[in-house]
Amino acid sequence: MIRVVLPAHLRTLARTEREVTLDVAAPVTQSAVLDALEATYPVLRGTIRDHATLKRRPLVRFYACMEDISHEPPETPLPDPVIAGTEPFIIIGAMAGG
Amino acid sequence: MGSGVRVLIGTRKGAFIATSDEKRESWEISDPLFAGWEMYHLKGSPADPDRIYASQSSGWFGQKIQRSDDGGKTWEPVGSEFAYDGVPGTHQWYDGTPHPWEFARVWHLEPSLTDPDTVYAGVEDAALFKTTDGGQTWSELSGLRGHGSGKHWAPGAGGMCLHSIVLDPSDPDRIYIAISAAGAFRTDDGGVTWKPINKGLKSNWELPDPDADVGHCVHNIAMHPSKPGVLFMQKHWDVMRTDDAGENWTEISGNLPSDFGFPIAVHAHEPETVYVVPIKSDSEHFPPDGKLRVYRSRAGGHEWEALTNGLPQENCYVNVLRDSMAVDTLDSCGIYFGTTGGQVYASNDSGDSWQAIARDLPSVVSVEVQVLP
Repeated sequence: MIRVVLPAHLRTLARTEREVTLDVAAPVTQSAVLDALEATYPVLRGTIRDHATLKRRPLVRFYACMEDISHEPPETPLPDPVIAGTEPFIIIGAMAGG
Repeated sequence: MGSGVRVLIGTRKGAFIATSDEKRESWEISDPLFAGWEMYHLKGSPADPDRIYASQSSGWFGQKIQRSDDGGKTWEPVGSEFAYDGVPGTHQWYDGTPHPWEFARVWHLEPSLTDPDTVYAGVEDAALFKTTDGGQTWSELSGLRGHGSGKHWAPGAGGMCLHSIVLDPSDPDRIYIAISAAGAFRTDDGGVTWKPINKGLKSNWELPDPDADVGHCVHNIAMHPSKPGVLFMQKHWDVMRTDDAGENWTEISGNLPSDFGFPIAVHAHEPETVYVVPIKSDSEHFPPDGKLRVYRSRAGGHEWEALTNGLPQENCYVNVLRDSMAVDTLDSCGIYFGTTGGQVYASNDSGDSWQAIARDLPSVVSVEVQVLP
């Protein structure tokens, strides 16, 4: 199971807990996790990636294993601890005022 | 006469619903809805007051539209994909260079006067969208953006937003809209074709040609349903009116202490009674002299009186944004407005007296009111 940590705005939107778990078939990539997340919580479509282009929204970041992997190509496999479920894939809003 | 009113308040950090009976003396305020999100606008369907649409926005996470079918008790997300029709092209950027059209957020939702499933959405970058399935899908009425002047539109300080949508109750094919900073436009064929209606507007400091066809920074327009050819406008500077559906505008600022401001509203039962909130200037977005005053004209403009009873008359430096004023239709007309300081003021006597029905909300972006059956 893949663990995904959601930021507060998206937790309230999806009416779920801080961490959700997803079944994701191999290869476990950023795209595959986000596809599974959006399939489970359709309301999240458009909030993390653009509706049409599927590009990451500018102020959304992806962290895993204490690394910022936001700029990794979406089809890159996620780190092994994320695939093993020992570490979460973290989605956060970039640090900004407001 | 209704049994009460419901005030829909959009703020920078969530939405709130205030309710009262028809006396409008004591109020209950809900807990925050959609806490943490920018709630640009909430508006109920005139055809079904329990149907409410809300624009939920975030700089991080984009746009959502929420719908309630039970008067705001519960909400469900509906469609939030606002895709411009075709290749969107460019408009003018702040520095005069071409800039691609990019969707940012929904500023204003205007439900149909007759069909709860039909809603118009005014968005940034400026365009008009429409749903006919209760918000599940949205289509652009691209004749507006494509009518020819679009490449010359430029954003105002708050973004290039389509913020005003006024539906003509006597003609379902006639719609007025306004854009900052492009001006006012009208369609007479249900949104297929549009024409700029800015003759008479003057932007002496903002445009190289003060009388240009487009480019004016219109802040808000309002209409009384009994006189659909008469519109009132708060422009960046100047308060204006038209008596011929926008073909010609004349200034009615008269004795206002400042003719800069954002919202404008018309009394529910007196088509020539108009309300504005003067703001000192385009750089100083607060009331003149630290006094929060609504100004009322009972003559359709030119002659204005300050309404101050119950409003702070010293050390007040809040702003009142363009969608933050509304009127109810009870026999004694109620007027409501919200401030960037988080206050919501209400009058149950056409503006003669005011009370704060909320004092410490997040910065208020929009206020709408419904009279409940």
